[in-house]
Amino acid sequence: MVCDAWTEKLDAYLDGELPAGEAQALGEHLRGCSACAAESLSRVQQKLALRGAGQRFTPDPAFRARIQKSVAVRKARDWKRLWFPALAGAMALLILGALFVNYNRERRGEQRLLGELADLHVATLASSNPVDVVSTDRHTVKPWFAGKIPFTFNLPELQDSPFTLVGGKVSYLNQAAGAELIFRVRQHQISVFIFQDRAAGSLHAGDAAQTALSFNVRSWSHNGLIYFVIGDASPQDIDKLSELIKSAG
Amino acid sequence: MPLFERLYNFACWLTQDRYEAEDLVQETYAKALKGFSSFQPGTNFRAWIYKILRNAFLTSRTGLKAAATEPLDVEDEAQNLPTVKETPESILLQRADGQLVERALEQLPVAYREVLLLCEVEEMSYQEIAATLSIPIGTVMSRLSRARRALRAEVHKAQGSAAKI
Repeated sequence: MVCDAWTEKLDAYLDGELPAGEAQALGEHLRGCSACAAESLSRVQQKLALRGAGQRFTPDPAFRARIQKSVAVRKARDWKRLWFPALAGAMALLILGALFVNYNRERRGEQRLLGELADLHVATLASSNPVDVVSTDRHTVKPWFAGKIPFTFNLPELQDSPFTLVGGKVSYLNQAAGAELIFRVRQHQISVFIFQDRAAGSLHAGDAAQTALSFNVRSWSHNGLIYFVIGDASPQDIDKLSELIKSAG
Repeated sequence: MPLFERLYNFACWLTQDRYEAEDLVQETYAKALKGFSSFQPGTNFRAWIYKILRNAFLTSRTGLKAAATEPLDVEDEAQNLPTVKETPESILLQRADGQLVERALEQLPVAYREVLLLCEVEEMSYQEIAATLSIPIGTVMSRLSRARRALRAEVHKAQGSAAKI
């Protein structure tokens, strides 16, 4: 039957889901076909009846209030939950800030100390009497310091090395007395400063190679003493001399 | 609260129990708030929240496993329903008694009831219904058609028994 094809599309037509072209064709058919028009009317009636019957239940106000409350509590709880991460974030930021400030201060202190040691080294080189004890013999230089500084130290055997001991003198850093030893490698002079750890203040006690005012510096701590090897010699020479002094203990 | 009355009405039709419907609506809002981040802006909010309600209903009824699957037998159930040809009398009778339609709707399987409610009461497009029920549009159309026939058959059955009394 021709009408079966139309009635199949009737639901989509009445639901407004039929493409415009087909909807127009079906509309024209309905105007001319009483059977399909009756079927269409019946379906419209059913749709309307269903729409009315379907809206049957309404929530009571107490239930609405309960849901509203639970939704509000939930939102508040969500907000509360944010406090902890926010607080933790703020704390982490504060700690990081404090660490950064501290690191900066330490770094500034370190730079200041290295600058001071470079000054001491330059002053020694510029002096007409660079050393107070002039000797290439470590057994002369070391005992010379006895009673002049509050500690003692060992000097390495330099026989098979390119280094020569020039001498030594008492030096001061942060109002503490220490030893300054001058070594020579080819035309370069290298100062080795030995102080008690506390004289270096906040400077870290780890082994480190740095530069200060273009001088190469090597520093380390051993047995409560802090050593600085500073000079215009190459980093390799500075390292070599440092290792020799370290091996002497 | 968006769609509160409508969700409650739909929940009542699904569960056919006011207390259960209240629990279902409450669960729906809780889940919607909790999973709001999963809602993609620009997609249909109404389909999204109805889907949450429906999934919660299916889970409560048949357990989690069945929630993702559709009962297939319901699609074939209406194949044997008689085609009811309307007469002017039947149309008038139908209009006069809205209660008959309510009762007929109650008798329908959930799969038919929900698709009819989404289409006629919620006035959703086929596209929205497909998104809500997680089925293709073609299935929406065929299920709607069967649901309507089943409803008509139920109404006629009720009219028949009413006439006998």
